Amino acid sequence: MNSTDLSWRIRRHGIEMTHLSKGSHIGSILSVSDIVAVLYADVANVDPSDPEHDGRDRIILSKGHAGAAMYAALAEKGFFDIAELSTHYADGSRLSGHVSHKGVPGVEFSTGSLGHGLSVAAGMAYAAKKDGKSHRVFVILGDGECDEGSVWEAALVANHYQLDNLVAVIDHNRMQSLDFCEDTIALEPFADKWRAFGWTVLAVDGHDHDQLRTAFAHAQTSPGPTAILAETVKGKGISFMENDILWHYRFPHEGEEYDSAVAELEAQRAHDGDEGGSTR
Amino acid sequence: MRDTFVATVMELAAEDPNLHLITGDLGFGVLKPFWERFPDQFTNAGIAEQNMTSFAAGMALEGKTVFTYSIGNFPTLRALEQIRNDCAYHEANVKIVCVGGGFVYGALGMSHHATEDLAVMRALPGVTVLAPADPVEARVATRAIHAHQGTAYLRLGRGGETVIHHGSEPETVARALTIHEGDGVAILSTGAIVDEVLEARKMVASHGLRPAVLTFPTVKPIDAATIRDLAARFPLLVTVEEHNIVGGFGGAVAEVLAELRMPRARLARIGLEDQYSSVVGSQKYLRDIYGMSAPRIADRILKELG
Repeated sequence: MNSTDLSWRIRRHGIEMTHLSKGSHIGSILSVSDIVAVLYADVANVDPSDPEHDGRDRIILSKGHAGAAMYAALAEKGFFDIAELSTHYADGSRLSGHVSHKGVPGVEFSTGSLGHGLSVAAGMAYAAKKDGKSHRVFVILGDGECDEGSVWEAALVANHYQLDNLVAVIDHNRMQSLDFCEDTIALEPFADKWRAFGWTVLAVDGHDHDQLRTAFAHAQTSPGPTAILAETVKGKGISFMENDILWHYRFPHEGEEYDSAVAELEAQRAHDGDEGGSTR
Repeated sequence: MRDTFVATVMELAAEDPNLHLITGDLGFGVLKPFWERFPDQFTNAGIAEQNMTSFAAGMALEGKTVFTYSIGNFPTLRALEQIRNDCAYHEANVKIVCVGGGFVYGALGMSHHATEDLAVMRALPGVTVLAPADPVEARVATRAIHAHQGTAYLRLGRGGETVIHHGSEPETVARALTIHEGDGVAILSTGAIVDEVLEARKMVASHGLRPAVLTFPTVKPIDAATIRDLAARFPLLVTVEEHNIVGGFGGAVAEVLAELRMPRARLARIGLEDQYSSVVGSQKYLRDIYGMSAPRIADRILKELG
């Protein structure tokens, strides 16, 4: 499955999962969908038939609230049954709202409290280098998450130990829980901050798969840790959700909201000339 | 005790190339032998305990057994959520080591008094909690947490603790260790405060008392079997800890006792009475101020026995 197809399916699952569960964070799920799709379709060495093989690339979704995107990608890759996605948030499900590794093949690490993932990824990358292993460690952060001081502790350490096997992708949709990032706690000049911490910064359109692929390839050869600053749109792909803070927490309600979201996605599917099936 | 820990972890590092020691920029003059001999198994994570702890979890999930080292509350309270989510929930082989349990750094002020760490660590599922009383217990405890699969917390004193276990080393620190047999009252303690307990025992001897003394090197899982046995044999149990009386060792003993059928022993808990210390002073001085010195323990026992 190519990344375009996978990103569409992630978005479609995301709408379905948040609709069924009345779950939050569809805006973040749609924002990160292309990053997750390119990573799983074209970049990361992961194998659903052997999810824990030692040479796999490690992927941590530090912004665990967008966990539906990761679950959807894993299910589409064959790590578990696609039908299980409908249990997201449900009583007894293993698919918690914020991503959990317990019993879920392919999930490397449980997150949900922001500001942990980069440190864990740095530890994994450091251990891999110590042992001369060649796999890579990818971690996806939110921009709002970078309010957390621990992110910058990890940024310091990753540079100090020149963790060139570590790639952080920052889903830079410029919005957080209550407002725009700049109106909450200003991050700008954001790219310069990462550069000042010693990271290679690659700024890309986070919805352009070719740009993402190029950045991931470039990260492989750049010295030290790389931050891919992926410019994204919160709610990307559903016109009435884009750049609207409402959709950080609101779920697509039965009726107009859900129907319009699905219709927009189906129209995109037709436009892409792909006949992939609906998930409903 | 601190030096015993370092010597023991060096023995282990020689046996286990996957052992890794990370410090939060502390251990001047203490860890030097380790980093000189095992430079590839040592990392200074800087003054950043949250990152140190998550970083350790990441390394542990890659097959390392990682000891994180700092003093006072820094390796625990400062990184509490990292311990809970990243280490314990992932069953990561991270061994959190605190030098300076209780009032070791008494004169430095309340920031450096580790007086709630046992309670907080004990409340985390999947975290084994140890507080050795002397260098012998510290050595066995260090080896035990290295062998243990999962997250553990090791609370040490500092240095100069009296050796209380003579003869052969205890095989395990999972169970309580009897220092003195006795009758009428049993004193249960954890950590380095046992030296005050042993002094207190001598003091009450002149009143005709002969307390049993036991150390509990492991606070979690607590040795409930021994507590049940003591509760049946003694009318009074006294817990002593250099820690808040809420939620720590005395709390753990109380939980076991409270679920026993009558008749059973009564309990008196000696420790910090749910407060912070703003008094400046040495460990010895603060122990006395807050009721944990040998004379204060002796007085309390006499009072409890009326």
